[in-house]
Amino acid sequence: MKTLVWVEHDNAAMSDATLAVVTAASRLGEVHLLVAGSGCRAVAEEAAKVAGVGKVHLADDAAYANALAENIAPLVVDLMGHHDAFLAPATTTGKNIAPRVAALLDVMQISDILSVEGDKTFTRPIYAGNAIATVESTDEKLVITVRGTSFEKAGAEGGSAEIEDVSGAGDSGLSSFVGAEIAEGGDRPELTSANIVVSGGRALKDAETFEQYIMPLADKLGAGVGASRAAVDAGYVPNDYQVGQTGKIVAPEVYIAIGISGAIQHLAGMKDSKTIIAINKDEDAPIFQVADIGLVADLFKAVPELTDKL
Amino acid sequence: MKILVPVKRVIDYNVKPRVKSDGSGVDLANVKMSMNPFDEIAVEEAIRLKEAGKAEEIVAVSIGPAKAQETLRTALAMGADRAILIETDEDVEPLAVAKILKAVAEAEEPGMVILGKQAIDDDSNQTGQMLAALMGRPQGTFASKVEIDGDAVSVTREVDGGLETVKLTLPAIVTTDLRLNEPRYASLPNIMKAKKKPLDSKTPADYGVDIAPRLKTLNVSEPPVRQAGVKVEDVDALVAKLKDMGVV
Ligand SMILES: Cc1cc2nc3c(=O)[nH]c(=O)nc-3n(C[C@H](O)[C@H](O)[C@H](O)COP(=O)(O)OP(=O)(O)OC[C@H]3O[C@@H](n4cnc5c(N)ncnc54)[C@H](O)[C@@H]3O)c2cc1C
Ligand SMILES: Nc1ncnc2c1ncn2[C@@H]1O[C@H](COP(=O)(O)O)[C@@H](O)[C@H]1O
Repeated sequence: MKTLVWVEHDNAAMSDATLAVVTAASRLGEVHLLVAGSGCRAVAEEAAKVAGVGKVHLADDAAYANALAENIAPLVVDLMGHHDAFLAPATTTGKNIAPRVAALLDVMQISDILSVEGDKTFTRPIYAGNAIATVESTDEKLVITVRGTSFEKAGAEGGSAEIEDVSGAGDSGLSSFVGAEIAEGGDRPELTSANIVVSGGRALKDAETFEQYIMPLADKLGAGVGASRAAVDAGYVPNDYQVGQTGKIVAPEVYIAIGISGAIQHLAGMKDSKTIIAINKDEDAPIFQVADIGLVADLFKAVPELTDKL
Repeated sequence: MKILVPVKRVIDYNVKPRVKSDGSGVDLANVKMSMNPFDEIAVEEAIRLKEAGKAEEIVAVSIGPAKAQETLRTALAMGADRAILIETDEDVEPLAVAKILKAVAEAEEPGMVILGKQAIDDDSNQTGQMLAALMGRPQGTFASKVEIDGDAVSVTREVDGGLETVKLTLPAIVTTDLRLNEPRYASLPNIMKAKKKPLDSKTPADYGVDIAPRLKTLNVSEPPVRQAGVKVEDVDALVAKLKDMGVV
């Protein structure tokens, strides 16, 4: 089987999310990558070094600069003339593009796969991860999004794939990119790849309190910062901090949930973490049912003390 | 402009789903069902556009069992003008849902279709994007802000890095994220009024769409359960544990 993997990037560098998808694709067969963007040859050169990659398709066109699905999908559909499976990370970009490709190919997409069980058989979470379905595709071609935390990352070095320039129809004229407000991460590790994640919930009261209690602990641990939906909705932190069924999926070595009750929608995004630590003043909070270490305490006392003693 | 809002009847988000012991699926017998939360947000957004004079009519549509009528009545009670039920007892996959919605849209000619970004049962996050593809229309997924501006719509999208704004030519497909709005509750008088609003009944065959599944579900199982661990007495004990584990 020949697979085509969507490379996620910002036109300058490749995102880590792609490496887990390469691993998933390699279970199916030969791995080709697609780098579509504008002025992104450096990304293609980086992609060509990924271990196990057979070929990199480079589509360099102003119309692909911002990964607009309307422009990208026809390009992928063309390339699928000689590939059997299209795989993208289950990021917002992957989730935006892949179903558009699937529909154009008349294929039912398999979303957010956790494992490859056979050529056409995969597992995926349903009902906020409260059930795991094993599904077999009957379509001729496959369109798949991959949960990054479920696959090891392929080596970023070691490959020497050839880069082939490809072109597509370019601008569909249906949509245009206006702008973005992309949060500057600063020195803090990115949420989905951090080894340790400290998350805060509704109990943090407001943006200042969140900053004052969560950030020093995170910085001391070199941790990424996440939040519950309630904390995001209330404006303590931006939307890209949300962990959960409908936010980001994380599986760090250590996840510290502070003032988070543990609703199923939140657990869906973090319960594959290696060690879960919870600080909550309610000893019956559902988060304690999944926590390896629980501390029943008022966070406003416990968190500064913890930060201090580490 | 007319707005089409697809709404799905799903397990209520407060219910913890139970997997059937024979591995055939999730047990939905006697379980509370509700409108998919993202679809409530979609209905609310359509109503706000109508209230702002940007839309004239809101048509809610659901593909599902006879009971999905209740979901449509909820949409009508919130403020949709009429509803279409496309009745089937089969599980219809996003691709087939998108094909049916395309046929409905061809008949209704809406200026916008607003869907939820994700159904909380199958967690597919596909239908809106597929519909946009099949119709050859632009898509504004994971919307946290929707502004109509002449014959275009600006959609602010919740993306992994933050927010992004795109401009789409109408007609367009939009899918909702959590921060788009806070859906209203239907008032009792509106619930009564909704009973008299028109609700058409159709079948997938009326639209000539083959709903045979493309994915075979071989098995549905419980995820590995996490064992609850220990509770520690105080911060010192927590610090000691963290040191044991080599975290610090
Ligand atoms: C469609 C849909 C999608 C959703 N998606 C997500 C998602 O992706 N991610 C997500 O997180 N949620 C999601 N939710 C929301 C979810 O259902 C919960 O409402 C949310 O997770 C609750 O956030 P919380 O735990 O911060 O708040 P709460 O449930 O209010 O919990 C606050 C906790 O803080 C504790 N507390 C209060 N004061 C203190 C103190 N001083 N010290 C210590 N502890 C204290 C309380 O005991 C309580 O347990 C979704 C909901 C819906 C309907
Ligand atoms: N059976 C259905 N009836 C009506 N709308 C649906 C149906 N299935 C999916 N949708 C719409 O598509 C959105 C995304 O669903 P999904 O792609 O299944 O995650 C939902 O939020 C609904 O707006």
